[in-house]
Amino acid sequence: MSLKERMSGNEAVAYAMKQINPDVMPAFPITPSTELPQNVANYIANGEMTTEFIPVESEHSAMSAAIGAEAAGARTMTATSSAGLAFMWEMLYVAASSRLPIVMAVVNRALTGPLNINCEHSDSMGARDSGWIQIYAENNQEAYDNFLQAYRIAEHKKVMTPVMICQDGFIVSHGVENITLLEDEKVKNFVGEYNPEHSLLKDTMAVGPYATSPYGMEAKRAQAEGVNQAKDVILEVAKEFGEISGRNYGLYEGYCLEDADYVIVAIGSACGTTKDAIDELRKEGKKVGLLKVRVFRPFPAEELTDALKNAKAIAIMDRAESYSSQGGPLAAELSAALFAAKSKAEVKKIVYGLNGRDYRVEDAKDVFAALEDIAENGNKNPFEYTYIGLRE
Amino acid sequence: MERQLTEIRWHGRGGQGAKTAALLLADVAFAIGKHVQGFPEYGPERMGAPITAYDRISNSEIRVHSNIYEPDFVVVVDDTLLHTVDVTKGLKKDGAILINTEKSKEEILPLLKGYEGEVYTINAKDVSMRTLGKYFPNTPLLAAVVKVSGLMSEETFLREMEKSLRHKFRKKLDVLDGNMKALKLALKEVA
Repeated sequence: MSLKERMSGNEAVAYAMKQINPDVMPAFPITPSTELPQNVANYIANGEMTTEFIPVESEHSAMSAAIGAEAAGARTMTATSSAGLAFMWEMLYVAASSRLPIVMAVVNRALTGPLNINCEHSDSMGARDSGWIQIYAENNQEAYDNFLQAYRIAEHKKVMTPVMICQDGFIVSHGVENITLLEDEKVKNFVGEYNPEHSLLKDTMAVGPYATSPYGMEAKRAQAEGVNQAKDVILEVAKEFGEISGRNYGLYEGYCLEDADYVIVAIGSACGTTKDAIDELRKEGKKVGLLKVRVFRPFPAEELTDALKNAKAIAIMDRAESYSSQGGPLAAELSAALFAAKSKAEVKKIVYGLNGRDYRVEDAKDVFAALEDIAENGNKNPFEYTYIGLRE
Repeated sequence: MERQLTEIRWHGRGGQGAKTAALLLADVAFAIGKHVQGFPEYGPERMGAPITAYDRISNSEIRVHSNIYEPDFVVVVDDTLLHTVDVTKGLKKDGAILINTEKSKEEILPLLKGYEGEVYTINAKDVSMRTLGKYFPNTPLLAAVVKVSGLMSEETFLREMEKSLRHKFRKKLDVLDGNMKALKLALKEVA
């Protein structure tokens, strides 16, 4: 029997953390992810968790301690947002290249400046090349479900790569919604015990050694293989999770996608809002659909382009600015993949929701109208990207 | 009027508990089997600054994740906001506004920019002082908004609140008693 509850995204992920009860959590608080270490600390104080909580003096230290704990063979987690993630930068690469399956809850928030606490994907998108797997959630249910699946992916022998479980700051992290939880026993059985093949406490080994040029490139190639292998493992784990939860996940989710001429591609909470717009437009006979990207690293280029093969016009929407004059990172990577797949679809690159700017059902409808226009009249400015709700 | 989806916007000042009240309403609606969404909109975080919080209460799954621009109901926790915030903006005419104030409705009406829907007031301070001996505006306001919105019957509301308060204050049953009195008095006083 599953448990119906109402929780915020932060409460939901903290609950998943409690159910998994990892060995170690080093963390430093930052809005809007502060409730994660706070709730875990409460669970520990109440005797509901046995995790060793390490209150550190910075995020750089949080990731450093996570690396040490994981290298010693302990299942480790942490949580952060925005500037906290930026402050971990150096150590993110160390964690990934040392093949340490740490799981980190990222509550997406804008990087400064202007100084802002609201949702943006600029923090985790900036870390997209750090070698971490990245999985994004539309709502609190998905944030919870993704976190429960994370260790199975990270710790898989073929993967051995750290994972970020991302949710939209405030919109998801602080919004209370209905959620269905799994029983503790089911979670325990699903996640299982962590028995690393190698660890500092068992083996004589070096973690993070120097590599000379004859070896370093092969180390990076081997690291990339772990990320590449993750695609199949993510799907295997999702299938097994579907069997115990009844909730099914893939690398992406299509909504009214198969016969859609006009498609919005997006990440996170904007997808729910887009679904409402699609339902309204479908009633008017418009062939509109959504492709929600769940897994951004590894980037599922073949799967996404295949899912888009029937689309006439595609809007690729980023909640992050790349300052590349080419839109955001999702637009850049998916456009490149569509070129490789010899797609004939018109593409519109859009930046939205910066510093927490609201994205409404009306905005999604405007995007679909713009797609209809470029499908009929051609995209007159293919190099241009546009903004939603920007005051020029 | 039975709504498939009820959307409520709360206006308060940082520290007054508008967000908590919005979450309490989501809680009690969840308890009777509704799909709920309760969330704050954060501006500059400081005591006294105007803040907004929202509730969506629906018979079906809620997917939209934007703020609410055309609410069915508006709740104003602090009547000084009526001078600075456009509280009736987008408020549906077949909805209503509920204002916590010590003033009379006649004094409040001119501040509502000709809003054509129903206007309710409650003196949550008076209700709270009489029943709890302290100023906790959330409890009376919660009862008032349930009555104004018709989200559930008064009996259902009181039953669910007693269940949840009994759990919350299981070691302080006198507090439970005061809160139940505050809810009942508020249901009578809102007009």
